[in-house]
Amino acid sequence: MVILTTVLSVTAVSVALAFIIIVAEYFFNNYGECEIDINGGNKVLKIEGGSSLLSALAGQKIFIPSACGGKATCGLCKVQVLEGAGPLLPTEEPYLTEDERKNHYRLSCQVKVKNNIRILVPEELFNIKEFVTTIESVTQLTHDIKGFKFKLPDGETVHFKAGQYMQLYTKPYAKVKESVYRAYSIASAPSDDGIVELIIRLVPDGICTTYAHTQLSEGDQVNISGPYGDFYLRGDCKEIVMIAGGSGLAPMKSIILDVLEKNIDIKMNFFFGAVTKKDLYYLDFFHDLAKRHENLRFIPALSKPAPEDNWDGEVGLITEVVDRYIEDCSEMEGYLCGSPGMINACLSVLNKKGMSDDRIFFDKF
Amino acid sequence: MTITVSPLIIFLASILTSNMILSNFLGMCSYISISGEYKTASSLGKSVTLVMVFTTIINYWVNKLLIVPLGLEYLQYILFIMIIAASVQIIEMAMDRLLPDLHVKLGIFLPLITVNCAILGTTLFMVIRDYSFIQSVLFGLGSGIGWWLAISALAAIREKMGKAKLPKGLEGPGIAFIITGIMALAFIGFSGIFSIT
Repeated sequence: MVILTTVLSVTAVSVALAFIIIVAEYFFNNYGECEIDINGGNKVLKIEGGSSLLSALAGQKIFIPSACGGKATCGLCKVQVLEGAGPLLPTEEPYLTEDERKNHYRLSCQVKVKNNIRILVPEELFNIKEFVTTIESVTQLTHDIKGFKFKLPDGETVHFKAGQYMQLYTKPYAKVKESVYRAYSIASAPSDDGIVELIIRLVPDGICTTYAHTQLSEGDQVNISGPYGDFYLRGDCKEIVMIAGGSGLAPMKSIILDVLEKNIDIKMNFFFGAVTKKDLYYLDFFHDLAKRHENLRFIPALSKPAPEDNWDGEVGLITEVVDRYIEDCSEMEGYLCGSPGMINACLSVLNKKGMSDDRIFFDKF
Repeated sequence: MTITVSPLIIFLASILTSNMILSNFLGMCSYISISGEYKTASSLGKSVTLVMVFTTIINYWVNKLLIVPLGLEYLQYILFIMIIAASVQIIEMAMDRLLPDLHVKLGIFLPLITVNCAILGTTLFMVIRDYSFIQSVLFGLGSGIGWWLAISALAAIREKMGKAKLPKGLEGPGIAFIITGIMALAFIGFSGIFSIT
């Protein structure tokens, strides 16, 4: 009896509260139809108000880059909102510089569409499309890194600059009830336009990486969108330094293939760091490339090679290896992709060797 | 037998002598973490006051009309928490729609407040002490103002302290706890005026 009343009363109260919230949502969160005016009347969308600008635009197939999925933690989804955004929120403040605030930049995930709104979006974002792809192959590259090749639908292509990334959308699985998306750099060359290769390292408890590693296999259908990002080759120099760790190899592979295919006259020094030999992959691929092309120097390095590795290559932290190989890089550009710790360490080494901050480009994850 | 205390005494006592933070040490998590800046701290204090008044009113009637008649005292905590969480959501939605300016200042704190133990504490004190409706409302208001006063004072002191040289280990929460202790001692000075238990 006690159990019954307990269950009944808790249920009754929850149902009542849920009902009240739904009613309240209907009255308070109903902003009617709103218009989004993009780039001065270039495009006018009509949407139901009440959702964030980011998701409202995504619903209309305009994809603003975002890595955190709308939680105001990555600061990537900036757009210029000229009118109708409401005041700046404290959640946005940390991500906007003084200049950006003056130019009406806002985080689109924090701006709620409550009335007609006018925004400016860079034209190249219209290049971003969503694709329903089929997985062509899954390769186990190391014990925790897999390479996925996604085949685009027939006749569709993705125009990207080598180094940019795509977003991968999960479907609900196991205990994860909703779809999420995360950003992964493209590892294939831009010329390979029917296929997109992403390299994904399994992050413990990562929603999307676990999904990719445990749920995806050949023949599955997956939604991806892109391309996004401003990590790509600037090429305003004769020689570049590229440093990658773990799955940070992906954008480097794309950039290197692109440079070699287009015969761009740039010398590339590619440093690839890992802990032991089992964390390295694509070794033969890059050694082979380096043998055939003078422009590419490939230097893999292990920080703690295991005795059974029989490693005769470079040993030490990737920063120490860079320190040994590069004398003066004031005339070079730097491209870094890896963990924040690795990137910060590399920044200081490159600075020490004469490279200024405006010539260093990186992708932290 | 309960002795009826004047609602006004309850109101003043809950601000000064039975301050939620300085004598009951409730709601410490947001008190310590969001007291770095006076402006934000004060906004948070205002939102807490608002939510406290609303939730004591709602919980008063839930307790009187539902929990006591059905003998569900053992479910108090769960029911109160559920009601607090739901009402905070509704307050946030209503504020966003009706008072957008206020929502920008206070709205983002509302979800944080849901899990603030001072809010549940106020409701539980109200039930344990068997307050009447008027007493409960003033108790909720007073507790909120007391919380606001305490966090504003701490934030103001911490802002001043920003210029002071602190031992490394004491920076941040460490010094905040020490300041809170000293403030609590100072508030003991009020205890002769009136008291509620």
